[in-house]
Amino acid sequence: MSILVVAEHDNAELKPATRVAVAAAVAVGGDVDILVAGDNCGSVGDAAAKVAGISRVLVADNAAYGHGLPENLAMLVTELAANYTHIVTPHTAVGKNFLPRVAAALDVAQISDIMEVVSEDTFKRPIYAGNAIATVRSNDPKKVISVRGTAYDPVPAEGGSASVEAVDSVHDAGMSSFIKEEIAKSERPELTAASIIISGGRGMQNGDNFKLLEGIADKLGAAIGASRAAVDAGFVPNDMQVGQTGKIVAPDLYIAVGISGAIQHLAGMKDSKIIVAINKDEDAPIFQVADYGLVADLFQALPELEAQI
Amino acid sequence: MKVLVPVKRVVDYNVKVRVRPDNSGVDLNNVKMSVNPFCEIGIEEAVRLKEAGSATEVVAVSVGGKSCQEQLRTCLALGADRAVLIETDLDVQPLGIAKALKALQDKEQADIVIFGKQSIDGDNCQTGQMFAALSGMPQATFASEVQVQDGKLEVVREIDGGLQTISVTLPAVITTDLRLNEPRYASLPNIMKAKKKPMDTVTPEELGVDVTPRLEVLSVEPPAERQAGIKVESVEELVDKLKNEAKVIS
Repeated sequence: MSILVVAEHDNAELKPATRVAVAAAVAVGGDVDILVAGDNCGSVGDAAAKVAGISRVLVADNAAYGHGLPENLAMLVTELAANYTHIVTPHTAVGKNFLPRVAAALDVAQISDIMEVVSEDTFKRPIYAGNAIATVRSNDPKKVISVRGTAYDPVPAEGGSASVEAVDSVHDAGMSSFIKEEIAKSERPELTAASIIISGGRGMQNGDNFKLLEGIADKLGAAIGASRAAVDAGFVPNDMQVGQTGKIVAPDLYIAVGISGAIQHLAGMKDSKIIVAINKDEDAPIFQVADYGLVADLFQALPELEAQI
Repeated sequence: MKVLVPVKRVVDYNVKVRVRPDNSGVDLNNVKMSVNPFCEIGIEEAVRLKEAGSATEVVAVSVGGKSCQEQLRTCLALGADRAVLIETDLDVQPLGIAKALKALQDKEQADIVIFGKQSIDGDNCQTGQMFAALSGMPQATFASEVQVQDGKLEVVREIDGGLQTISVTLPAVITTDLRLNEPRYASLPNIMKAKKKPMDTVTPEELGVDVTPRLEVLSVEPPAERQAGIKVESVEELVDKLKNEAKVIS
């Protein structure tokens, strides 16, 4: 078997989700190559070459791949797919965007958001917001797979010594163009990479009250998340959303504040190692998954918590 | 300008699904079914484009069994002008759905095709992108803002960590994210009017496409249950547990 992992990166650094996808590829077995497609992305290619368990790194460095435009990226990956049995990438905004185009072009089904590799053709994946786990087998000649960010521990970033080869094919569909990007700048870790997350829900009452979480987050080095209810209510932007339709996270510690625990939120965080719930409603469903529950008014509990940690 | 909106009939988002005891799937007997929420956002966006004068016709389409007519009627009540059911009793998967829709698009020649970003049953997040690839169209996925300019769309997309703005040429595919709009409720007069709006039925065979599922579902199981832990009495006790029992903070 030969597997191509399509790297997630921002032309400067290799995103950790890539190493989770590599771990899934290693679980399939066989030779694992990484494709780094970007613009001025040589340093990402060098970082990919150090990742443990990689045979070759293919670097497609061209302006056409600079912003991960899915039309161009999918054509490149489809062309390279001729040499591989499996195409694997993280189930992130970028992966979700281009990968189905590859599957359609190859006329094969895609297996999305896998949690586990059972064998080279069989995988486990969540359906119905994680309320059921399906084991599916692909009988297609090639397997096109996206990997959940929490499926495996990432393989080590160091220790490998893969060869780096340039890929010269340039695909520019000319149908789409990048205008701008507004990435929230934050000193805090990214949600999907944080080992501690503190999230607020509808109980926060408004966006200003999220400041109550900030002091705690700073002390713990935590990322700040939110439930869909808090996003829907306009308290905070959507990129903070944890849940089925937001980010899927599994930190060492997840603190849910003023979050009732709707199915769709639980789907995004229930694989966290330790869950703490702070809610004034003692019947809130969040307590059914929490390791430590505190029935309290968050406006009293949060300042106390900040003072004591 | 014509807008095509594919919609999916799914278990209502308020229903807590149960896995069948024989692990063959989830139990869909006597369960409330609805239009997939992201598809409903798609219908709303299309109707708003029409109300704003950008679009002239909104066509809703679904791929599935006869019962999908119910969801298509809902779309008509929400403002779609007509509906098409691509009828099949197969348990269709994204690639098959995308192929059937592509065949329909060859006839309809819509300028914009608006999908939901994912369905809340399969959670695949594939169909819009597959359709776009098969149809040779660009795509603006996870859209939170759409502006029609001459021959182009400018779309703000929700990406990891923020927002991205792109421009795509028409015809194009959009997939909707949560904040694109807030769908309206169907009024009673519109529900009555919807009964008279046209609804056509075609089969995948008539469209000349093979929608046979490619992935075999071997089993469906409930997720591992998480055990409820303990209630602590105070913040002090909580901090003590986190430091000394769970050892997740220091």
